[in-house]
Amino acid sequence: MSLAATLQTKRAVKIRRGLTLPVLLLALWEVSSHTGLVDARFLPSLEDVFLTAKRELIDNNLFGELGFSLFRNIAGFFIGSVFGILFATLLALSRLADALITPTFNGLKQISLLAWIPLISIWFGFGEQAKIVFVAIAAFIPVVLNTYEGMRNAPRDLIEVGHALKFTPLQRIMRIFLPSALPSIATGVHLGLIYSWLATVGAEYFLAVGPGVGGLIIAGRERFDMALVMVGVIILGLVGFILNRLAATVESYLLRWRVSAH
Amino acid sequence: MSRRFRVNGSDLTALDQVSLDVRAGEFVTIVGASGCGKSTLLRLGAGLDVEHDGVIEHGGQPVEGPSLDRGIVFQEPRLFPWLTVERNVGLGLENAPLSKAEKRDLVAQQIELVGLTGFEQAYPHQLSGGMAQRAGIARGLVNRPDVLFLDEPFGALDAITKARLQGELQDIWAKEQVTMVLVTHDVDEAVYLGDRVVIMSPRPGRIRTIVPVDLPHPRERTSSQLAGIRNHVLDILNSTTVGLPAATAVQPTRQKRPLAKSIPAHAALRAKPSGKPLFSTTEI
Repeated sequence: MSLAATLQTKRAVKIRRGLTLPVLLLALWEVSSHTGLVDARFLPSLEDVFLTAKRELIDNNLFGELGFSLFRNIAGFFIGSVFGILFATLLALSRLADALITPTFNGLKQISLLAWIPLISIWFGFGEQAKIVFVAIAAFIPVVLNTYEGMRNAPRDLIEVGHALKFTPLQRIMRIFLPSALPSIATGVHLGLIYSWLATVGAEYFLAVGPGVGGLIIAGRERFDMALVMVGVIILGLVGFILNRLAATVESYLLRWRVSAH
Repeated sequence: MSRRFRVNGSDLTALDQVSLDVRAGEFVTIVGASGCGKSTLLRLGAGLDVEHDGVIEHGGQPVEGPSLDRGIVFQEPRLFPWLTVERNVGLGLENAPLSKAEKRDLVAQQIELVGLTGFEQAYPHQLSGGMAQRAGIARGLVNRPDVLFLDEPFGALDAITKARLQGELQDIWAKEQVTMVLVTHDVDEAVYLGDRVVIMSPRPGRIRTIVPVDLPHPRERTSSQLAGIRNHVLDILNSTTVGLPAATAVQPTRQKRPLAKSIPAHAALRAKPSGKPLFSTTEI
């Protein structure tokens, strides 16, 4: 068998194994709701969920709701990551900034994200702005921590090469510190993406209800429409999964210079 | 044109009253036991270490830091793993006042010179140790420096690759007419490549003697004259460690410590007291 074909089979086997548990769970769900093992009001059958999803998609603009959530997520994530990378670069490369700011940052990061909500809602109101700020903070923290760590571990050998080649400070950052920290930055951004998606839902839950998937779930709970709640939960899971895969793909492309281990 | 390069020191652990002149176009090799300060001497010459007394000059100008006129090749290739071979070599031209096209041409020429044509787009992890060091040499040479400092460049390579690269380095030297100063602990290498072999003795680091190798390049590795000179150098080298406590003669684990500072002073050969320690992480 050719190498490509072998790799393809391997991949197929991997995907099949990864799908086994979800399929089993779905089967269990279906069987238990049909045999009356669980109360259908608490766990609706798959068909119910499917029909609700269809209804929401066609009649109630589910994609619009999802769009609102994704917009908040991406905006907050983008702001948090960019500021996070800049902030961490400053801390890692300036001794003065490090001494002045890092202890305070380390203290502040211990505060639970949810504890910021009252403050944020007072400072930024209850609208979109507050939600985006909340999401940005969620992305900011892991990005800062990982970027800082990565920059601090830049190889001294290469810094010396930069010295010998008369690199300017900007060249040192762009040619040595940023690329050598890239694996760590990618980890931070990846975590930031996951956290910001969690925070997006959290913001929709805890800040004023508005359009979004979180709002959909709240509506389902209030109407005791468990099928609607399940639709919301499944969408959150799927979007999280897709974002995660997307981040992994971008990451492996950016870090293709590393010894590949795929 | 004359190129002067004088180092002179007085401290037990580093360089003590060292004075060395290197002529333009010359190939000087430096050998010595561990701890003799040969790498320190090289780093001082390249301007990577600047804590010293005395005078270090390059073409009449004092050496006060690194310069693009002085290339350096380390024992490890020290390539940037996130850049291709081509871009790694191009780093040597990052701050050269040349146009993009000129830089591209120079990089291509240099890659061809070290025999890496066809690997321009390869990443360092895809290269063998010998190929990576070729790229390291190309990066050191790409800016056409007056002098190239090489710090045990072949120390980590297998014997066959090492011999091949030594031959190629000799060819490059003859072709490019770049002054080269190479530190090594391999006597064969020192004698094969050097116009002069500087033999250093440890504790304190001093130049014991300088052995001229008056054989034309390119040389035959097997020539009996070369073997004679090699044995002569080995004898002197052995005598440099006789009488030293055995425990301190070879100590690879102690090399990461701060080395004491060196004191170049020219001609005067007068020891001056040294103050601050010289920090160096490179092996001696």
